[in-house]
Parts: sequence; C-alpha cells; structure tokens
Amino acid sequence: MENLRMRNRFMAFLVATLGLLMVSTPVSAHHGSAAFDAGKQVVMKGTVIRWVWANPHCFLSYDVKDETGNATHWVVETSNPPDMINRGWSKETFKPGDEVTVTVQPVKSGKPVGRLLQVVLPNGKTLRYASAFTGPGN
Amino acid sequence: MPKGLVTMAVALVAVSVFSVLARAQDVPRQPGAVYDMDRKGENPAPAPKRDLTGVWEPAQGPSAGVQATGAGAMPSDGKPEHELPFTPLGRETFLAHKPTFGVTQVPSALTNDPMPGCNPQGFPRVVLHNFRTSRIVQTPENVVILYEFNKKWRVIWTDGRRLPKNPTEPTWGDPDPPESRWWGYSVGKWVDDYTFVAESTGFDDRTWLDNAGRPHSDALHVMEQYHRPDRDHLEMTITVDDPKMYTKPWVAAKLRLRLQAPSFDIREMECAPIETEEYNKEFAEPAAGIDAK
Repeated sequence: MENLRMRNRFMAFLVATLGLLMVSTPVSAHHGSAAFDAGKQVVMKGTVIRWVWANPHCFLSYDVKDETGNATHWVVETSNPPDMINRGWSKETFKPGDEVTVTVQPVKSGKPVGRLLQVVLPNGKTLRYASAFTGPGN
Repeated sequence: MPKGLVTMAVALVAVSVFSVLARAQDVPRQPGAVYDMDRKGENPAPAPKRDLTGVWEPAQGPSAGVQATGAGAMPSDGKPEHELPFTPLGRETFLAHKPTFGVTQVPSALTNDPMPGCNPQGFPRVVLHNFRTSRIVQTPENVVILYEFNKKWRVIWTDGRRLPKNPTEPTWGDPDPPESRWWGYSVGKWVDDYTFVAESTGFDDRTWLDNAGRPHSDALHVMEQYHRPDRDHLEMTITVDDPKMYTKPWVAAKLRLRLQAPSFDIREMECAPIETEEYNKEFAEPAAGIDAK
C-alpha cells in the first residue's frame, strides 16, 4: 500500500516535471504561425540550393530526392538576421551544395514549405531555431 | 522507496539538469551585449540625475522586447486577464483586423496588417511589437530615441512646448491644425531626477497598436514613463488611452532595459521591399496555399 502511494506520488512528480520541461518560450517572429501544422515534424535530407539572409525572415531552399531520383524543392523559413545571429547562425551558415538534415514543421497547405526547427550541417554541428511545440524561440 | 524508483528519480533529475543546461545554451543573446543574467548579485552604481543617454537593451535578453502576440503586458492570448477594455467600435475594428499573431491570427499571405511591405509601423507599435536595442540621445531641447527595428527614430520635445492641440499654437512651425503623423507628436519632461515622462498625440490612424491587430483611432494618446532606478537600468512603461477604441487607459508594456557599453554598435535591421517581395513569393504565398501566378 505504501509502495503504491509512493509510486503514485512519484508518477505525479514525473508528470509535473515533464510538464515543466515542456513549458514554452515565447514566440517572437513578426510573421505568424497560423499557416503551420502545429506539433507536426518532418525530418529530411537535402541539398542546399539557396540560403537567403534577409528581412523579414531568412529562408533556406533545398532539394530532397526520393528513391527514384525525383527532387522536391523545399523552402523553409527561420527568423530575421538579427534574431538568427543571436542564436548562433550567420549568412555563411550554408552554401549551395551542402548536404544537410533538416527538421521542419510543415504548413497545412501541403506545399513543400515550412518552418525550420533544426538543421544538422555537413560538419555534424546542429543548429536550432524553434521547437515544434513552442514556435520560434527568439 | 523501491530501488527502481530511486534509479528513475536519479535519471529524471539528470535529464532535468541536462535540459536546463541545454536550454540555457539555447537562450538567444546578442553578441557583445550584457544582460542581467550575466551580472547576478551585482550592486549597480546610482543613476545619474536627469539622464537617459546611452544604448539600451532588454535586460532579460533580446527576446524580452519582442512581443509577437501583442503588447507585452496584454498579449492577445485569449486569457480573461488580457481582455482589453474595448468600446463597441474598438471590438469591431479589432475583429476586422487580420493579424498574423494572436487569437485572430491568419496566415501571413492573408493578413491586412498595414506594416508588411515595409510600411511604417509607427509609434507606439515600435515599442509594443519589437523593442530592440535602442539609443537615447539627449539635447537641451529634446530626447531622441533611435530604434533598431526597421531603423526608425523619434523626437520627444523637452523645450516646454505643448502637444499640438491648439490650432493657433505656432511652436510646431505650422499655424494650421497639425497633420496626423505615423509617429505622432511627442513632448516630455522630468517629474523627478530619475523619472522622465512623455506624451504623444496626433497619430495617423492607419497603423495598429501592436502585432496582434489592436486598433487605435486619431484620438490615441500615449503616455511613456522612463524610470532609472540605478545607473545600469531603465524601466519603460507604456500606457495607451484612446476613448474611441477603449473605455479606459491600459498599461500596454513594462520593460526593463539594461545600459550597454558606450562603444556598443546597434546592428542594422532595415525593411527592404525587394527582400519582402522575394520572401512573399518564395515562402509566404505557398505557405498560405496560394499558387504562383
């Protein structure tokens, strides 16, 4: 009985702690979240075509090839240059031809566009922009 | 406690600590800036008297000044405590606005926000949406604020002139009733050695108050207070009064700012139509399901 009570108490602690860990940071971009499919994530490997370092938001375009060799052209946004610098990104983060692994929150429209959540660069370094649960982190 | 639970508890604490550390490393910060988190336990020097001069950055980090979901003290998040005291006209106008953030948000390609395309966000939206690093310059006649966001500036006159309510008031250099301005007309004064207040009127009513589509009319009256409790901090409070849109004045933002080094260079953050056009074509329109023409 005592064990059960302890276990219940522990489970409550576990749930509360996990809840706290998921507490969101405020969103910040000035272009909104309504187009995105909240909570959905897609991970894909692609080849960088362009990294546009500009206002209002920087965006990355890349091609993803399927098994038959057909390429889908994706465009994913981040935030503005100052906010990306604050998170360790730069104009030189990507160059055309880079092979990257991109985690994206896609849009509801079904188009190959979305919000970049995280990217693994050719050198293995991971850069994050946002969490799918919380939106942009800056 | 059973051994298994102890192991789980230890693992959970380890995960929690790791997560907190990982989050700390993820905290955005502007290179070269100093924040309150860098100076825990500090004992700042006393504030200089009647002096706002310097470069000021949100003290809790750059994100603190970015108020995407609306005025920082009253975000558009559906919480009852953040419900604004709308008049019927205010509510009707708010619901006609289609912002990209807040409870009435739409995809960015479908917005009627007056700011995208590099149109003026005006005052007070510059401080109720994106208060970023700003430089305050003081002269005997005015206080000038240089804002990073979209590289804008304002002049708050301190030469004793009144707000241009009186059509015959010549101080503003024009005997006619003043034309409305995106950034309004501002006058200010020191109410004590460490507190400066400013009032602004005469606004163009095409702007929004914030990023969540909160409206204002030509009757908007904005009150700003800058209180300097010590050398390193400035407490900014913005109060909105607009009897056509709101039944009473409301505090829209309270933001603590931190003084940066005299050598601190504010970055360029400019809105360029050529960049916005490309962003809309490549991203915003497909995101909203709009096919390229």
